[in-house]
Amino acid sequence: MLPLAAFADFMQQIVSGLASGGIYAALALALVIIHRSTGVINFAQGEMATLCTYIAWTLTVNHGWSYWPAFVVTLAFSFLFGVGTHRVVIRPVEGGNVLRIVIVTIGLLIAVNGFVTWQWSGEQRQLESPFPSNTIDVGGVAISVQDIGTIAVTIGIVVLLWGLFRFTKVGLALRAAAVNPAEARLVGVRVTWMLALGWGLAATLGAVAGMLTAPSVGLDPNMMAPILIYAFAAAVLGGIDSPLGAVVGGLLLGVLLNVVSYLSQYHGFGWFTEELRLPLALGIILVVLLVKPSGLFGHAEVKRV
Amino acid sequence: MRTLLELDALEAHYGPVQALRGVSLTVGEGEVVAVLGANGAGKTTTLRAISGTVARSGVIDFDGKTLRGGPEAAARAGIAHVPEGRGTFVELTVNENLRLGAYTRRERQRVKADVKRVAEYFPWMAERGSQRAGTLSGGEQQMLALGRALMSRPRLLLLDEPSLGLAPLVVREFFRIVRELNAKEGLTVLVVEQDARIALSVSSRAYVLEVGRVALAGTSDQLQDDESVRRSYLGY
Repeated sequence: MLPLAAFADFMQQIVSGLASGGIYAALALALVIIHRSTGVINFAQGEMATLCTYIAWTLTVNHGWSYWPAFVVTLAFSFLFGVGTHRVVIRPVEGGNVLRIVIVTIGLLIAVNGFVTWQWSGEQRQLESPFPSNTIDVGGVAISVQDIGTIAVTIGIVVLLWGLFRFTKVGLALRAAAVNPAEARLVGVRVTWMLALGWGLAATLGAVAGMLTAPSVGLDPNMMAPILIYAFAAAVLGGIDSPLGAVVGGLLLGVLLNVVSYLSQYHGFGWFTEELRLPLALGIILVVLLVKPSGLFGHAEVKRV
Repeated sequence: MRTLLELDALEAHYGPVQALRGVSLTVGEGEVVAVLGANGAGKTTTLRAISGTVARSGVIDFDGKTLRGGPEAAARAGIAHVPEGRGTFVELTVNENLRLGAYTRRERQRVKADVKRVAEYFPWMAERGSQRAGTLSGGEQQMLALGRALMSRPRLLLLDEPSLGLAPLVVREFFRIVRELNAKEGLTVLVVEQDARIALSVSSRAYVLEVGRVALAGTSDQLQDDESVRRSYLGY
């Protein structure tokens, strides 16, 4: 049995793991949405999120907006930014070798990163958090309100998205366009707009992830780079074509990383420090790809010859 | 009979390969017309050119207006194309497939009523609405593709080789329903078939294509009764 204090500490780690896992899940979900519709990993997903987070920062700090209006406007901006990115940058290279799209997303990563640094400088900024920084006591375990807020926001957007895809006409059209674009056009779905819409939703998810990340780690142009790696790991773990997998993968990864860190302190492998979290995530990507490439919830890819 | 669809000197290319070399045909409102011919004669391409899935030139007149644009535009004009090889969304459920069929329609209540109407033709669809289309048998998928097309309340139904890969019994059932739809609801159908015998049994007129041109046209009875035509063009 763990001593009580250690148990409380352990539970805190689980909760904060769920919070950071929720952020990975949001970004992983963005990757999955684009992968399902466009067939590639959007390497610029993290940088796009960073840019949107700077919009929120500009609105709150430079223009004195309060947090939630800035949050909503940032989401609206990010949606349009995603749609525009698809229309202007991605659509022209669609329909050929997918490698071309991959290269364009890498170019986009560099371009957006450069633009953000030029516009807002590389200096670290502080984005306020919408949640108070105190903790509340849940059965003897002190849990941070920040963590609870982050988890709540993640659950909120996942439920919203699920409802959109599951119950609305446009959600159905989005899925149809992703799984069978030729067929979708035959029933009258405007597929290129559905793809653009997917990019818009993905960018919005990214913006949420960015705004939830910034208060704790500080906003700078490279803020989302490690988060994107975690999101890759989460998406691969859950199955790159599975939205449910992205969410479960994100939460699992968040908890796993925290538990490993925690155990390393108490069980004699203190050499496992913060710096090894990223390599661990990359190790997970590698192991999943080798052992079960379709991930926990994905469908094994069937190639017709 | 009023002409619903008129093709005039329709041409289509796949890259450098010319698949249609000037096809002209008409379909009257409420008529079932068959397009027959050997593999590679241009049957499938004719339907694809009508729905705009392949680049084309020439004139397509639909309901008195020139048809332009891609398949989205054709769908909005009231053309439902059931492509070769079923054409269902295998990853989506039966109900979702039906709902997608009505994608271009706005009247929610009538769409709901139409789900019931379709279920009268295919009772199993009502019971298995949440089943994934990919887990249906080939025959059921073909029926679902037809049901989905009906959900759009089409002015014109394009059927591409519905008999392909299906058991004879299923093929007969499929065409029985097509005949019933035509008789009861006045549905206009342009059907492409390899199986000339079954296609001629439901159609009133037929065109025989040969290397991208209309080689022969006539009423289905004429074509069926002419033995030399049957032997040289229809293969039975």
